[in-house]
Amino acid sequence: MLLAGTLRAGALGLGLAATLSGAAAAGTYDITVDRIAIDAGKFVKNGIGYNGSQTPTVLRLKEGEEAVIRVTNNLSESTSIHWHGLILPFDQDGVPGISFPGIAPGETFVYRFPIRQAGTYWFHSHSGFQEPDGAFGAIVIEPRAREPYRYDRDYVVQLTDKHPHSGGRVFRNLKMMPDYYNRKQRTLLDFLSDAAERGVGATLAERAMWGAMRMMPTDIEDVQGYVPMINGRSPEANWTGLFEPGERVRLRLINSSAMTYYDVRIPGLKMTVVQADGNDVQPVTVDELRIAVAETYDVIVRPTEAKAYSILAESMGRTAMARGTLAPREGMAEEIPPLREPPLLTMADMGMMEGMDHGDMAGMDHGAMAGARNTDTLSESDGDEIIGGHPTPMDAEMDHSAMSGSHTMPDGSQMSGMDHGSMGGMDHSSMPGMGGGDPFYAPGSGLIPEAANGGKFLSYADLKARKPLYPDREATREIELRLTGNMERYIWSINGVKYEDAEPIRLRYGERVRFKFVNETMMSHPMHLHGMWSILDTGSGALDPAKHTVSVAPGTTVYMETEVDAPGEWAFHCHLSYHMAAGMFRKVVVEGGPTARAAFLDAVHGG
Amino acid sequence: MMRHAMAALALALSAAPAFAEPLVWGVRFDRLERRVKDGSDLLAWSLDASVGSDELEFVWRSEAEYDLKADAFERLRNQARLQVPISAFFDAAAGVMISTPRGPDRAYGVLGVQGLAPQWFEVNAELFASDRPFARFEAEYEGLLTNRLTLEPALELELPLADDESVGFGAWGPRLEIGARLRYDLVDRLFSPHVGLHYERVFGRTADLRAEDGEARDALFFVIGARLMF
Repeated sequence: MLLAGTLRAGALGLGLAATLSGAAAAGTYDITVDRIAIDAGKFVKNGIGYNGSQTPTVLRLKEGEEAVIRVTNNLSESTSIHWHGLILPFDQDGVPGISFPGIAPGETFVYRFPIRQAGTYWFHSHSGFQEPDGAFGAIVIEPRAREPYRYDRDYVVQLTDKHPHSGGRVFRNLKMMPDYYNRKQRTLLDFLSDAAERGVGATLAERAMWGAMRMMPTDIEDVQGYVPMINGRSPEANWTGLFEPGERVRLRLINSSAMTYYDVRIPGLKMTVVQADGNDVQPVTVDELRIAVAETYDVIVRPTEAKAYSILAESMGRTAMARGTLAPREGMAEEIPPLREPPLLTMADMGMMEGMDHGDMAGMDHGAMAGARNTDTLSESDGDEIIGGHPTPMDAEMDHSAMSGSHTMPDGSQMSGMDHGSMGGMDHSSMPGMGGGDPFYAPGSGLIPEAANGGKFLSYADLKARKPLYPDREATREIELRLTGNMERYIWSINGVKYEDAEPIRLRYGERVRFKFVNETMMSHPMHLHGMWSILDTGSGALDPAKHTVSVAPGTTVYMETEVDAPGEWAFHCHLSYHMAAGMFRKVVVEGGPTARAAFLDAVHGG
Repeated sequence: MMRHAMAALALALSAAPAFAEPLVWGVRFDRLERRVKDGSDLLAWSLDASVGSDELEFVWRSEAEYDLKADAFERLRNQARLQVPISAFFDAAAGVMISTPRGPDRAYGVLGVQGLAPQWFEVNAELFASDRPFARFEAEYEGLLTNRLTLEPALELELPLADDESVGFGAWGPRLEIGARLRYDLVDRLFSPHVGLHYERVFGRTADLRAEDGEARDALFFVIGARLMF
């Protein structure tokens, strides 16, 4: 049975469907890894595709079956496939150097694992820069039981950011010049317009403050200049999903980008989010949502008019917009609206507080701040077993007298790291954003999303599990992971140590670990733990959603808990391709418990 | 020290952990330009070609001024250096420099510091050690007129610490270069042509030596060239 012969742009106009029949007990699937030319409209680029196509392969699995997936490497280099979000024995997880040695050129590697979950996931190469070069596809797992929502049509909407440069070249350029791809930097013209608006002194002071830190408020996307694509199609090629007015359409949104967060909306339609990262959530209806790199959201929309509706995915830094269409017929399209104004990072995204006007900023201790991002050279414990807070480099080096606010956790409590003497005199009266806005962004952050139509924008705080996967219990311990980096050298790390120099994080089988992410960088990091669920603390207790990827916005602290139920060795990393390659990565070793496969089979058959 | 550094480099090149970061290389002609001055044009370049890791980089640094009329190098300096990070924004460097201009050849040991100073100034300081040592300081600023058009003022100060008359160095007689280049990123940051002005002047004993040779103590050039980075 060959997936290679996948129907393209077939009867349903999916260009995606690869329905596979087969015995309920075992499903055999074939994937070839091929070098292909990728047509992005503006450019054609050599890259990698599965089954010889730039249209992502959709692997349709069934809950309860034993999947046998034969992967043939037609490249001249080693490859691998990681099944993103799937719970499986660690030797099937597809990370070279951790789960297995990789798939040699010409080799056919047979993955074999039981499918014990349902929903929307994806798969991608975990070797070198093959994923940004195009090596990704979608996974749709049909559930055993009926789903608690109805829909008439079902489409995968897989997003990516296709760059004219190969992944290897992008990485090299970033190392040589970290702002190589940033074409949204503030210029003399911006200075003049700001000076006209706020006065020369204030503008100079504000520029001097960023200059003292050698950081850029425009540093939202490390890489710009890509063509955003939906299901392998550029905005001009306009991927189209068909519907009859009145039908419910399920869209399985998957962000397979190397680096790009997307804000997704369908003007004219409300989206009801029913699933996040493959797990059902209590339905929440929104106008727009932000999908971090590697996340999935399933939404249901109900177009009632016989017209074209645009699926718009605008990059978080507003440098590009993916476009697809839902329409009653092929060939219909709405006009693409202009990009919105790009956001600017604020001091809040630095882990410092907003609510300071420019006068306050000028009063900050520039000398001390210069070291704020220099976490790599500061003393560091490996941090794997740190319990409770300890002063971060920011706390140690910054002049807190100028700060006028505090981090607020999703549950409303204040961040313990900020709780020290020098904050005593702060003026709580001028704290915008406190109590309002999305708790998963620093109050005053420049990245707080707003829906284009002024309506509801999805927050992590809205995600509540429909049926929790695990009973709620107290975590057995807390592990603090500071997300750290040096933008100027393009080094990304955890607790100031990059992967090459780090000891693995050791977990014990059977424990429930609470991970505390403290983002000390100015970038958002989508953190992905392989093999085990990441139960995101949204403050909903037993209903906290189980995810595989948790985005941590700049200047925030986010908690997630993991039931350590999967023996073996796993990867844990930032899913931005170039952050991962630059060191924001850890190996996780789960010690004790039954042998990997036995434990897994127990869990499947026993539970 | 050099041997240790070289051994470390060899180790960095050979040690390949499971998730080996790719070894990063890059070539950067900060300036490849023609300096135009009525009838005595120069061809000049300054190049850094590097390979290495976050922890250790090997750099071939080449700087030249070629006198087109005389068909000879006025200046040709090639440096092999190793750079290691010493802070978030600064590297230390050590290496050797061979200077082979028109006059006699010279070899120096090099010690340097370079990096990004607050307010985005790229700075570089080098001490060229020998029995006739000299030092150099450089600073550049990339002013963004737009996101593709930049105005880059640059300053270079070279200070002989001892006499070396046959190569034109008079002790404590500095040489100052000031330039401003208007650059446009034509192809990514791969090819960025520029035009600008370049002024240089010598002072003190160095100027006296020039005067003895009948040369002017200063010169102003119009420059046209490009930055190449790949």
